[in-house]
Amino acid sequence: MELLLAKYNYWIYALIMMIGLYGMLAKNNLIKKIIGMGIFQTGIIVFYVSTGAKRGGTIPIIEHGHGEEVHEVIKALDYVNPLPHVLMLTAIVVSVGTLGVALAIALRIYTEYNTLHEDEILERVND
Amino acid sequence: MIDTTQFPALIVVIPLLSAFIVCMAGCFNRRLCQPLTVLALAGSCWASFATLGQVVKSGAIHYRLGGWAPPMGIEYVIDHLNGLVLVVITTVALLAAVFAKISVAEELPTRINLFYTLYLLLVTGLLGMTITGDAFNLYVLLEISALTTYALITIGQPRALHASFNYLMIGTIGASLYLLGVGHLYIMTGSLNIADLAVILPELYSSRAILVAFILIMVGIWAKMAFFPMHSWLPNAYTYAPNGTSCLIAPLMTKVSVYIMLRVMFSLFTPAYVYQYLSMANAIVWLAVIAIISGSLLALAQKDFKKMLTYLIIAEVGYMVGGAWLANEYGITGAILHILNDALMTLCLFLAAGAIIYKVGGQQLTDLKGIFHRMPVTMTAFMVGALSMIGVPPTAGFFSKWYLILGGIQAARWEFVTALLFSSLVNAVLFFRIIEIGYFETPEDKGVNEAPLSMLAPLLLVAVSLVVVGIYSGDIVSTIIQYAVPKGI
Amino acid sequence: MLESITSIKPLLASMVSLATVPLIVLAGKHKPNLREGFTFGAGLIKFGLVVSMLGIILDSKVIEYSLFEVLPGLAIAFRVDSFGMLFALVASTLWLVTSAYSIGYMRGLDEHAQTRYFAFFAVALSATIGVAFSANLFTLYLFYEILSLATYPLVTHHQDGEARVSGRKYLTYILGTSIGLVLPAMLICYNLAGTLDFSSAGILAGVDSRGLLLVLLLMFVFGFAKAGIMPFHGWLPAAMVAPTPVSALLHAVAVVKVGVFSIFRIVTGVFGVDLLKSMHLNDIVLIIAAITVIVASLIALSQDGLKRRLAFSTIGQLSYIVMGAALLSPKGLTGGMLHIAMHAFGKITLFMCAGAIFVATGKKYISEMVGIGRRMPLTMFAFLIGSLSVIGLPPTGGFISKWFLVLGTLEAEQPAMLFVLLGSSLLNAAYFLPIVYKAFFCTPEESMFAEKIQEAPTWCVAPLLLTALVSIMLFFYPQPFANLAMMAAQGFTGGLR
Repeated sequence: MELLLAKYNYWIYALIMMIGLYGMLAKNNLIKKIIGMGIFQTGIIVFYVSTGAKRGGTIPIIEHGHGEEVHEVIKALDYVNPLPHVLMLTAIVVSVGTLGVALAIALRIYTEYNTLHEDEILERVND
Repeated sequence: MIDTTQFPALIVVIPLLSAFIVCMAGCFNRRLCQPLTVLALAGSCWASFATLGQVVKSGAIHYRLGGWAPPMGIEYVIDHLNGLVLVVITTVALLAAVFAKISVAEELPTRINLFYTLYLLLVTGLLGMTITGDAFNLYVLLEISALTTYALITIGQPRALHASFNYLMIGTIGASLYLLGVGHLYIMTGSLNIADLAVILPELYSSRAILVAFILIMVGIWAKMAFFPMHSWLPNAYTYAPNGTSCLIAPLMTKVSVYIMLRVMFSLFTPAYVYQYLSMANAIVWLAVIAIISGSLLALAQKDFKKMLTYLIIAEVGYMVGGAWLANEYGITGAILHILNDALMTLCLFLAAGAIIYKVGGQQLTDLKGIFHRMPVTMTAFMVGALSMIGVPPTAGFFSKWYLILGGIQAARWEFVTALLFSSLVNAVLFFRIIEIGYFETPEDKGVNEAPLSMLAPLLLVAVSLVVVGIYSGDIVSTIIQYAVPKGI
Repeated sequence: MLESITSIKPLLASMVSLATVPLIVLAGKHKPNLREGFTFGAGLIKFGLVVSMLGIILDSKVIEYSLFEVLPGLAIAFRVDSFGMLFALVASTLWLVTSAYSIGYMRGLDEHAQTRYFAFFAVALSATIGVAFSANLFTLYLFYEILSLATYPLVTHHQDGEARVSGRKYLTYILGTSIGLVLPAMLICYNLAGTLDFSSAGILAGVDSRGLLLVLLLMFVFGFAKAGIMPFHGWLPAAMVAPTPVSALLHAVAVVKVGVFSIFRIVTGVFGVDLLKSMHLNDIVLIIAAITVIVASLIALSQDGLKRRLAFSTIGQLSYIVMGAALLSPKGLTGGMLHIAMHAFGKITLFMCAGAIFVATGKKYISEMVGIGRRMPLTMFAFLIGSLSVIGLPPTGGFISKWFLVLGTLEAEQPAMLFVLLGSSLLNAAYFLPIVYKAFFCTPEESMFAEKIQEAPTWCVAPLLLTALVSIMLFFYPQPFANLAMMAAQGFTGGLR
């Protein structure tokens, strides 16, 4: 129980990913598959971001005072780790790119077959 | 004397920048695209050869992008292993680009500029994946190459659409699992640099999070390389892609993924961890055996010869993964040598197939009637590729198979040895079936009707190189590959 | 240790015909005389190169040449010793003869795709000489495979349904066994010994597991299916769909002899005579060979197709050679090696006769050949000589080799094999002599041919007369081959290490 609560962020990301995976593999509608893919990737983003988070932490920007006298000591422990967040910026870009390509393909499939249901497409393909 | 210190960056930067130039140039004049692409790849190819020469002469090269020191900055690391893979990528891409000219002009007349732009981006992605020394950077480039591949496949006939969509789903799952695995490593170590991770990780080998990370990364890569049982996306995607595309992706995509697997196994982790700490090797060799046998048998069942070749790729992936997991020097040498050989022979077969499809207009086995009379030169080259696939000396395919079987014998993995021999025999049946159709059955029109020179030249070059690489495989192993095999297995 | 000389000649001897292929193709069908000129040129050069090495070999030296180191410790390397010399001499001589015969046969029948035919013939000969001069098992395997593939277009020359089926059978047997059996056996050897260089001491000498050695030996013996050991003999009768010169040279000399040559090399160079003797592994090979000899002879009796009968006869005769190797006694080995040469001259005569009959009359079946001796007396006389040689009767060369084999069985104390040899000789006589008898001695009513003498073209008849003559000559002057064989046998059994 303690494991469950202490590491709840991991359980959440795993849950989100599984929902996404289910959508990708089990759904018949291509758009639903794409949505599943989005959820799946979001799970990973949640995972990364949560690892960098810290209770009571703050953004890692060093405060320079505007006056002359304000010069605080830099306390690294107070800051959240910025690297995972930065990595996720890239990952988000990638996932948006993937989403775009996926939607584009889905669009072309729709114009070609007039449907987005996989079984109907397969029927047409195998004819 | 030319300054070679910037070459590692140039290998990647040339195709990247050229992609934009080609895109621009294509707006003004479509005929500029292909020559520019060839030019760019030739430059990249030259740089990669020079870099490999440098590595052979004086050991691994570390190149810091923007001068930032690792582990903060991203660095490029070129050692014997990826030096060889870089040469393979640039060479194959160059030859396939020369070949693509006519086939793209025929298949995609309205999208020439898009094709070559994507083509260059794909090559950039592959090169970047190979050259980078950073685990996260690798993910990004993995996705760059994957996204361009989806597009390059879809650009062709309508049947490719659904295949490409499936590929996109599996590919995304694979890349995401890889990313997740890297995330686990990052949590445990706080580093993303491969060399840095390799130093930190051994202390943490008992951790379960590291184990999970390793498995996630492996499964992710296997999905990308179509390793059994995650192979189902590959045949359709490669079959219905335009020929210009399949000539590039069929030889390269799986091979680069195999390289990534080796990199993760030996550079990120250590052979000791992979082979001794984890007791997975046994199961994975068995999976490889199933991959080889099922790939071969499914190839036998095909009526479409391009699809037949794609199933062979699945079997070949089994060769390499199995070899790498035999956990001995011969097996790993064989796997690395096979990256080179298989890239060449797959290229040879797909180029020949592309030329035939261009001339005959169909890709069913029955379209090959009397093909030996109609396209004697193409078929000669095709035969060289086929013999290499079967593993007849002195073609290259024989020698990597030699190492793989020797590794199997040494590890007493008789199931792997049997699978390799079985697939050789099935390949013999496959290709001699094509010979029977092409040689005994008479075509409708009898005259000789060869493919144009821009298709034949790269094809013949690859065919000759298969024999040359075969004959010199002793030298390739002793100057390059033996340094790429991890010590102390 | 034999004195060794480094020379590029063995490489040249092997490659000269391969190098001629582009010339043959360029000359093409528009200049057939030029094309055949190239074939003859290559043949003469090849023959000259082989003969030029003969003196050195007879002088108890070996010639070595190493080309590439393809894998660490494993080179494409040539080594000419007396045994290889013997085989190369036979093959290069008979190529010249067969080339002449091919011209008569192919032009006589106006066959299609003659350029392809001559080109692949040249490749096949390159591979044959390559096998003869191989210094290690790997090089031998390389040329063995090239030979398999180069002969496929020759076997399927007619490109019809029958050729297709036979070609498929041919490849299934030959490639299937070489990839399925020889390749793994070779790799296991390499893994055990770390080398594949032939040596009379045997590269497996250090291995003491009898079971493993037995398995390896059987993998090799059956794996070299070109030797036609039963049950892997089925391809040879099937390959008879090929044009007769192909059957003559390849399926009486080059291809099948490459098979037995390889087995000989395995016995003497990979396992070593001493090892096999001490482990008593030769008995099983003897039994396999004996069964093949007897069964093949019996099947031959029942064949009506002349070429098919010859093919089954070849299967039996090949196993004589294997038997000679497995006797492991100096005389047995000598007999086996000599039989390579003697049988080659005898059998090629017979095949060329069969071809000449086909060119002149279009007949393929023995039952249609009653009285043919009156129409083609020269041909049938040569046929008689060839039969005598294959049966092993004087005054033909076949007698000499069989004599040595018989002595070898006594020397090796294998009386059962003596009976096999003598019994099968009777069977040989039973399937050959009736053909000759019926050809000459029949009543005019029985005869199927007119009295008028009408031989095949000169290009066909002259070569077969020549080989028949040589068969007789070899009875009186067996020296070049006999000396080589005896030297080789001495070397294999430890006289000269």
